[in-house]
Amino acid sequence: MWRNSRRGWGWPVIVMHWLSALAIFGLFALGWWMTSLGYYDPWYKLGPWWHKSVGISLFALTVLRLIWRHLQITPQAHGTRNEQRAAFVGHVLLYVLLLLIMASGYLISTADGRGISVFGLFEVPALITGLKDQATLAGDVHWYASCGLVILSLGHAAVALKHHLLDEQDTLRRMIWPLR
Amino acid sequence: MNKTSFLGQSLVAGVMAASLPLMAGQAQASDYTIDTEGQHAFVQFKVSHLGYSYILGEFKEFSGDFSYDEGKPEASSVNVKVDVDSLDSAHAERDKHLKSADFLDVSQYPTATFASTGFKTTGDGAGKLTGDLTLHGKTQPITIDVDHIGGGEDPWGGYRQGFEGTTTLKLADYGIDTSKLGPTAATVDLYLVIEGIRQ
Ligand code: HEM
Ligand code: HEM
Repeated sequence: MWRNSRRGWGWPVIVMHWLSALAIFGLFALGWWMTSLGYYDPWYKLGPWWHKSVGISLFALTVLRLIWRHLQITPQAHGTRNEQRAAFVGHVLLYVLLLLIMASGYLISTADGRGISVFGLFEVPALITGLKDQATLAGDVHWYASCGLVILSLGHAAVALKHHLLDEQDTLRRMIWPLR
Repeated sequence: MNKTSFLGQSLVAGVMAASLPLMAGQAQASDYTIDTEGQHAFVQFKVSHLGYSYILGEFKEFSGDFSYDEGKPEASSVNVKVDVDSLDSAHAERDKHLKSADFLDVSQYPTATFASTGFKTTGDGAGKLTGDLTLHGKTQPITIDVDHIGGGEDPWGGYRQGFEGTTTLKLADYGIDTSKLGPTAATVDLYLVIEGIRQ
């Protein structure tokens, strides 16, 4: 149940996958919405506070997720050799985009040496500051990578549904409940 | 944001003006380059925050030159180019927002320029410098109140003139929408300190 098997994923992988997906779509919507707010909006400061706090938490979760994943076997991938390869590349790309977004988000916030407060509990210090136009350039990367991740993950979801509905494989089911 | 310059005139200049015709070739207009290398020049701005306080900031990169004749300040002229991207209000996330398409739209309009069209002395080293300011792609005539601070030889073999200037811009004139920032943020005060080295 905890560990992955040749047939399915364990609970930690499943929980982290769906928590991450929820956080990512939530952060995307929040990020988009909060940057359109007027200065007098009560959420003008709260939006970024939640966005950064959840974003840093997601980073911690992602590090855990990657470590956990590398300590285990992974279930046998479905489909043809090429489908398996495409799935592998797609999953790696999802992680790469996610890490790129989190790194660029961090660089926006810390461009002038301020740290990032996480739910007001502690502060992540600024390590890289003062690069030329840091906040603006990191912001561009953040935006395009976020769009890329959301589009890719929608494609990822579509393929998952295709495996489930058309191929009638347990791809989606095993990402919802551990199979022994 | 933008620019600047000036020229004022000094008491000395008044005295010299009287003797000018006698000394042809003396006290000619000289050309000065704004000392941005040693950064003895500043383009600062001040804008209301909620009506309770102010945000201060500056444009760190700009260049320009002026021509100034102590004997004939009316003939002075000045040209300045400001790199709008160099805005610094001591808070990177705010700078990013100010430089974005919501306000200055730096990627579209990277430079602001000021080109003087006239100068009127008002006495005692003070004067009004008029010129065209191009900001956010729009050009508007503005008037900068200028004071001649001082001028003369510097300790390193050069010759300098320094001025300060103030003006207030209405951002809507430049197509910059500040309505989301509240009514007190509709205008921006500029404070300019310009020191030139004679070429
Ligand atoms: C460590 C994590 C993160 C941090 C520190 C962070 C930080 C930020 C900051 C400071 C902004 C505001 C930029 C601005 O002022 O224009 C922003 C915007 C945004 N963020 Fe994040 N973020 C993080 C993670 C994420 C994630 C995982 C996503 C999801 C895909 C995301 C999506 C967005 C979007 C869509 C915007 C709006 C971009 C724009 O309109 O320019 N962020 N983020
Ligand atoms: C932003 C959203 C998402 C991200 C970043 C993401 C990322 C990933 C990654 C990296 C994997 C590989 C397994 C792992 O390393 O944990 C995976 C597997 C999977 N994902 Fe997602 N995912 C997202 C959303 C979704 C959605 C919305 C669905 C379903 C509708 C879905 C269905 C699946 C399934 C079924 C697998 C298992 C594939 C297999 O067993 O071979 N994912 N996902």
